[in-house]
Amino acid sequence: MAEPKNKFIGRSVPRLEDRPLLTGRGRFAADVNFPGQWAMRVVRSPVAHGRLRGIDAAAALAMDGVHAVWTFADVAHLPPIPFRLTGLVELEPYRQHVLASEYVRYVGEPVAVVFAADAYIAEDAAEAVELDIEPLKPVMKATDEPGPFDESKRTEPSVIVKSYGDVEAAFRQADSIVTLELAVGRHSGVPLETRGAIGFYNEALGRLEMHGAAKVPHWNRDTIGRMLGRTRDDFQLFEGHVGGGFGIRGEIYPEDVIVCAAALHFKKPIKWIEDRREHLIAANHSRQQTHRIRAAIDRKGRILAIDDEFFHDNGAYMRTHAATVPDLAAAMLPGPYRVPAYRATGHIRLTNKTPCGTYRAPGRYESTFVRERLIDAIAANVGVNKVEIRKRNLLPQSAMPYALNLDTLGTHIVYDSGDYALLLDKALERAGWAKLQKEIAKRRANGEKVGAGVAMFVEKSGLGPFDDVRLEIKADGGIELVTGAASVGQGIETAMAQICAETLGVDYATINVVHGQTDRIGRGLGAFASRVTVMTGEATRRASERLRSKALTLAAELMQADPEQLDIVDGEIVREGGAGPSMKLSDLAKAKPGELIAEDSFESKHMVYPYGVHVAAVRVDAETGAVAIEKYVMAYDVGRAVNPTLVEGQIAGGLAQGIGGALYEEFLYDEGGEPLSVTFADYLMPTAREVPPSSILITEDAPSPLNPLGLKGAGEGGTNPVGAAIASAIDDALQRPGAIVSLPVTPQRLRAICAKT
Amino acid sequence: MKPAPFVRHVPRSLDEALKILAEVAGDDGRILAGGQSLVPIMAFRLAKPAHLVDINEVEGLDKIADDGQTLTIGARVRHAAFHKPVTANPLGALLAYVARHIAHYPIRMRGTFCGSLAHADPSSEWCLTAATLDAVMIAKSVKGIREIKAASFFDGIMSTHLKEDELLAEVRLPLLPADAKFGFYEFSRRAGDFAMSASLVTYRLDGGKMTDARVGLGGAEASPRRIAEAEAQLNGKAPGDAAFRAAGEAASAAIEPLEDHQTDAAYRRDLVKVVVRRALEHSLK
Ligand SMILES: Cc1cc2nc3c(=O)[nH]c(=O)nc-3n(C[C@H](O)[C@H](O)[C@H](O)COP(=O)(O)OP(=O)(O)OC[C@H]3O[C@@H](n4cnc5c(N)ncnc54)[C@H](O)[C@@H]3O)c2cc1C
Repeated sequence: MAEPKNKFIGRSVPRLEDRPLLTGRGRFAADVNFPGQWAMRVVRSPVAHGRLRGIDAAAALAMDGVHAVWTFADVAHLPPIPFRLTGLVELEPYRQHVLASEYVRYVGEPVAVVFAADAYIAEDAAEAVELDIEPLKPVMKATDEPGPFDESKRTEPSVIVKSYGDVEAAFRQADSIVTLELAVGRHSGVPLETRGAIGFYNEALGRLEMHGAAKVPHWNRDTIGRMLGRTRDDFQLFEGHVGGGFGIRGEIYPEDVIVCAAALHFKKPIKWIEDRREHLIAANHSRQQTHRIRAAIDRKGRILAIDDEFFHDNGAYMRTHAATVPDLAAAMLPGPYRVPAYRATGHIRLTNKTPCGTYRAPGRYESTFVRERLIDAIAANVGVNKVEIRKRNLLPQSAMPYALNLDTLGTHIVYDSGDYALLLDKALERAGWAKLQKEIAKRRANGEKVGAGVAMFVEKSGLGPFDDVRLEIKADGGIELVTGAASVGQGIETAMAQICAETLGVDYATINVVHGQTDRIGRGLGAFASRVTVMTGEATRRASERLRSKALTLAAELMQADPEQLDIVDGEIVREGGAGPSMKLSDLAKAKPGELIAEDSFESKHMVYPYGVHVAAVRVDAETGAVAIEKYVMAYDVGRAVNPTLVEGQIAGGLAQGIGGALYEEFLYDEGGEPLSVTFADYLMPTAREVPPSSILITEDAPSPLNPLGLKGAGEGGTNPVGAAIASAIDDALQRPGAIVSLPVTPQRLRAICAKT
Repeated sequence: MKPAPFVRHVPRSLDEALKILAEVAGDDGRILAGGQSLVPIMAFRLAKPAHLVDINEVEGLDKIADDGQTLTIGARVRHAAFHKPVTANPLGALLAYVARHIAHYPIRMRGTFCGSLAHADPSSEWCLTAATLDAVMIAKSVKGIREIKAASFFDGIMSTHLKEDELLAEVRLPLLPADAKFGFYEFSRRAGDFAMSASLVTYRLDGGKMTDARVGLGGAEASPRRIAEAEAQLNGKAPGDAAFRAAGEAASAAIEPLEDHQTDAAYRRDLVKVVVRRALEHSLK
């Protein structure tokens, strides 16, 4: 088969998604309206932990325009929200019901919902619902002794252990042992579009619909369907434009289930749009962990074993992600280094705070911070610099593929390909490391507190087990690509169109990518775990191959040619060498209506592992505790970049979120469990002024051997090591190895560290 | 985050505005100026005023006037009006420099100078400016006019001595001496955030020595104010590190620091030292 003349894979073509978004035609959840809809408002617990003795809704029900108030009694028939990933059986008793029954366990927990004529009346009425709650003592720290969850259960649902090798023996033989206690603060993805869900019961079709879906529409359709007793045929989910996902948006939350249940019950469209204050206390939090880690090392600082015990603060309940975050933290902690023996013991702890889930680079932002702090500490211990210590411990390219002997997300971790040392060299070169070191030394001599840090990491991507793609060339010449993947703004329409266009031989702009619509394709896994470009991308390539040979076979008859001698170039079927008459694909579609359809799937049991290096240079204002990031370099090997600009966008955006967790964003609580970060004035997201210019180096040195295009996902490498790199740079600026032991590094905390000298 | 129900009144004249205000004041009626503080507070339902007297259409309140002695700033004058100096007197440059530190551009296009004073956020740059320069507030109501000095205007966090039925019609800032020097510095977590502490300083030089020193401090205590102890460290001394440090130390020792969940008292006291010194250093630039 001839190589297509139109190259699309690897080109930074403009995004197909942008036109509607830039011309004001984006349609987000709040833009969805049905005639006669009711607004829903959630009444949330104002108490962190308590016994719910009664709810008095009489005053609310008496207000003009209020249709109904639901409490637990109205939803008692619904099961708690099931797990989607890593659902250990012992965690099941800790799942969240859609409304609180006997206990409330965090400020923000839904206890009732009001249905009213509009959102204003609904909010007035929600305020009038009176709650009788007997306060109980809250558990606020995952590192404290577990407390009671209810009469019979305690707040440590499970302890996960992942290990290989003889850890004890390695510690006995060690020349030295390095021990650290490290903590990452509670923060999360905060998409600018808050959550929203609109339930609509189409009586004519007997079909329930939910609009405002995101991330995993098919799984949510099946799961909410099971909760409500609906089937795949009479319940559909629809994804519109989505204003950011980051792991937290699109999971099943209580509100999604309630709008669907209420739409069915009242036979009225039910619209719920989350406000920002709700979002900051109700949508998944993430990241909060404390690690006590030790490494056994030899005289040269080579790692003999790592033993980590950590406490994962999951908030009040186990939500859809169940043990995913601590599981990933434990499984991915070893990173790019050779760790001959390893043990991680993760305590999953519940506290009276907002429940947690995944957030971009889940478990890895945390464990990379911990591991890279450990590597820096080892460097200090043996007296070598931070680059040298990494080189001494990196897995060599010759070790690839490398089986880590650990499992996560139902897969064995096998690093598929990588040349970690090469990327380290490239990143240092891009950062001008040698020159940077000289400049730093000079400025330091003048009294400035400046320093540089390095952090390395291995990411995971392309989680299976499958994805399907269906392609059709329509009679009008348009090409439709239907997938069960989802768009959270990452550019999947463009990337899929590029893969399809190049494989098929058409212009990528002629391809219409349909995603997130459960009525258009039977199954699909959605968008998470940096999976779409790998899984849906390969399914797209396969379906495109099929469609191509189908088109050539059909065309061969009409053109009286051998299919082997035909090629498709820019939507036109031509003879090899360009001689003789040609035929447009659209004409073929007209001649063979309904025949130019192809479907294919990609199945994979293994993830693929991109890897990266971040280099940061910072200046510390020791008098105030402020940190200025002066330079930031990110090198990331993604195997093959379908669209380098999109990959850069992922990395640049990921950096902003990484900086948030390193320096700004934190959900704080007082001792009584009152959340203190409930507005954008208290929960500080970095803005354009705080995010420095950065330099991004995308490399393709290690294509994945697990798919023909060599693809690896690119969604999380901008975020993963940012806390680690900045901490390393601040240590260096202060000339105090190990100074930073927790994130975020706020001015007050850093000032206290500076003042300690 | 939908506000509770309210009635919005849109008077066209000052008399009409004062009349409506007198009628609704008892019913938690409030003035709506730029809305950049009031509207978010209403959205959070921290305030549920039954009436809003929207002064954005009131004639005559949008004036900035320099009469050679004072600069008069009307109730509708927005922060953005100060982006460029409004007077050739050094006060113009001072206000332009300070204005840039208030919030973000879109907010400065709506928020008003007088609204900031009435709102009395401890960190407000304009409240600090008014306190440092001894502004005079002109409060009007159906009962008449009151002049209130800055030193007796603020009454703690987000509270003033304005009465419920009074409109802060204008603020008068004394012009600075032609040879006045000023300096300003504030520290906040992010660009545009309310300062965790801010300082505005002015002084003149007499034979190389500082005189008429004013050291204002905002964001550190419940209300911004001049810190006499710091000023005493400057008057009669040459501008420079020794005097500036001494002023910072004196201010730091003199205050009763605010505490919030991101900033404890000790950190704020520590910060004040630096902020005052850096404001003074800025005066030399
Ligand atoms: C994201 C954000 C960041 C901000 N950052 C800063 C900052 O860094 N520094 C800063 O100083 N401010 C900041 N602000 C506040 C902003 O400057 C406001 O504009 C200002 O505090 C209030 O002015 P306003 O005209 O908007 O008043 P409004 O919001 O309309 O009113 C505020 C209060 O003052 C009363 N009021 C208003 N005008 C009068 C009057 N003439 N007489 C009597 N009472 C009156 C109102 O009734 C109300 O109680 C920020 C605001 C936002 C949203």
